[in-house]
Amino acid sequence: MAATLAYRKLDWTGIVLAAVLTLVIVLPLVVVGTWAFTNVWRYPSVIPQEFGLRFWNQTLARADVWSSISMSLTLSFTVTALSAAICLPAAYAFARLDFPGRNLLFFSFLAGHAFPKFGLLVAIAGIFLQLNLIGTFWGVVLIQLVGTLLFMIWIPVAAFQAVDRRMEEAARDVGASPFRVFWSITLPQAGPTIAAAILLSFVGTFYETEGAWLIGAPQVRTLPVLMISFINNQPVIQYGAVLSVLLWVPSFIALLFARKVVNSGSFARGFGG
Amino acid sequence: MSVLKIKDVSKIFPNGTTAVDSFSLDVADGELVCLLGPSGSGKSTLLRMVGGFETPTSGLMTIDGEDITNVPPEKRPTGMVFQSHALWTHMNVFKNLAFGLKLRKVAAPEIKRRVEGVLELVGLGGYGTRAVTQLSGGQQQRVALARSLVLEPKILLLDEPFASLDQHLRERLREEVRDIQQRLKITTLFVTHGQDEALSMADRIVVMRDGKTEQIDRPDVVYREPQTPFVAGFIGTMNLIEGVVSNGVFSKAGYSTPLPVSDGPAILAVRPEALDLTASTTGQGKVHRVTDYGTHGLVDLELKDGTRVKAMVSHPDLFQPGQGVSLAPRAIAAYRDGKVIHRTSAVAPAPHPALVDA
Repeated sequence: MAATLAYRKLDWTGIVLAAVLTLVIVLPLVVVGTWAFTNVWRYPSVIPQEFGLRFWNQTLARADVWSSISMSLTLSFTVTALSAAICLPAAYAFARLDFPGRNLLFFSFLAGHAFPKFGLLVAIAGIFLQLNLIGTFWGVVLIQLVGTLLFMIWIPVAAFQAVDRRMEEAARDVGASPFRVFWSITLPQAGPTIAAAILLSFVGTFYETEGAWLIGAPQVRTLPVLMISFINNQPVIQYGAVLSVLLWVPSFIALLFARKVVNSGSFARGFGG
Repeated sequence: MSVLKIKDVSKIFPNGTTAVDSFSLDVADGELVCLLGPSGSGKSTLLRMVGGFETPTSGLMTIDGEDITNVPPEKRPTGMVFQSHALWTHMNVFKNLAFGLKLRKVAAPEIKRRVEGVLELVGLGGYGTRAVTQLSGGQQQRVALARSLVLEPKILLLDEPFASLDQHLRERLREEVRDIQQRLKITTLFVTHGQDEALSMADRIVVMRDGKTEQIDRPDVVYREPQTPFVAGFIGTMNLIEGVVSNGVFSKAGYSTPLPVSDGPAILAVRPEALDLTASTTGQGKVHRVTDYGTHGLVDLELKDGTRVKAMVSHPDLFQPGQGVSLAPRAIAAYRDGKVIHRTSAVAPAPHPALVDA
């Protein structure tokens, strides 16, 4: 085996493509990561003159950073929980029942992603203004909820459709009520794929910026919104870089979690692959 | 100790197809009744209606006199075993069996006792901690059977439970299931499209076609005295020769035999094992092919118009392709308008296993 590998011709095109892709993806991250741990870095030096945690101390000492972190986490948990509560039963209905307008309704979830998002948001902001939802926590929850609908409906629908109906019938047969069947059989069977959908909406909500900014500002400030204002208003790059690195944390946790919970096929299955 | 009564049950699907057409059947206590028919005959739909997974369009079903027609499946005293076994793959064997008992709020030690008992019964003692996916096809189907039996249902429903298994395993499992069923004396309704399964397991067979009953009888009666040409052709191997009766003689392409019925068209039915062949130069038929099965031989012959007829012979080496033969049936039946109009009293020999499987 090792011998065959050693003698196999190297695929240079593949290696070059992989290297370029890695560079394009990793380089900006490296630059931002370096900036976050830099005290002094002046042109034309290629590496910073002085590394250090000065800006971490300064950033983490700020009250608005901590309040925005807790705001972001609260928002993401609330939105994901609400989204799951609303979308999972709806997804089950889409997967199992046939009702008039089913297909039209199903594709309507795509509509929110089919048009330029910002225009849509401005129109919604106009409506929210009349409803006094601008600048409120629940206004942001509502707008971010809309953003999660697509993932939380489409992926679970595919997951539920993949569950063998005979399994559900067998559970009815031994005495389980329809709700019990959903809870004890269908949900665990669709579990890994649904976990993937929940993860996607949590991370997506955590990073969502336009909605949170347009509806929430200035009272509701999430971590990404704060980061944007830092980048726009501060002459010092490091504040933005530190917040940016902070924002990586949920993705890393999500990725680690995903590797544990989600087997490799589930994501693909969720998208009908 | 349970009796199932089905009275005038019909099922018309929303798209207009009639799956079951005013079907009636009484299953006696401890009896195993097979619903046998080709796919699309409505046998599975009927079973699913008894299990509560389909609602009859009209009709009445009772278990021990209690109307169950509109009772949801979870409230019915029925237990169903599915073709695809439908075990819950996120639970191990023990949890699969314990689920129904837990829903009934049975105490944990009692659950353990009953689950272990029923696993022993299906020959899987000590398999409780196994994952369902680790089991072989036959073991999975046994667990599925155990899952139904552990709840002691009044009526056991089996929906082609062996269809996905290989021939050898299928034969072994059907003997086991029959043994268990007789030991527990559990009233059972069994759906199959395999006549060998029906003939070897059932107390009575219901032959179904297009949602209707063709015949309900003991297996040996269904085999020996089929009431319709459909049943005659569906169970075992049967030569069905369409011809004309005139002055008490049935004739078809140079072949004729006395048939004491009124003039008109008729279908002559002869089992291969009830058809004797003799070599003759002026024969009514010509040998097309001879197959030697070791225990017996099967001769395919052609009448003058090309109609194929099969005959079972004990000495296949006596016949060669192209040879002329005369036909001498020992037992015949005749059908007209889908009904039997004549049957010779001579009793045909018992069905040969090789022919039943064919």
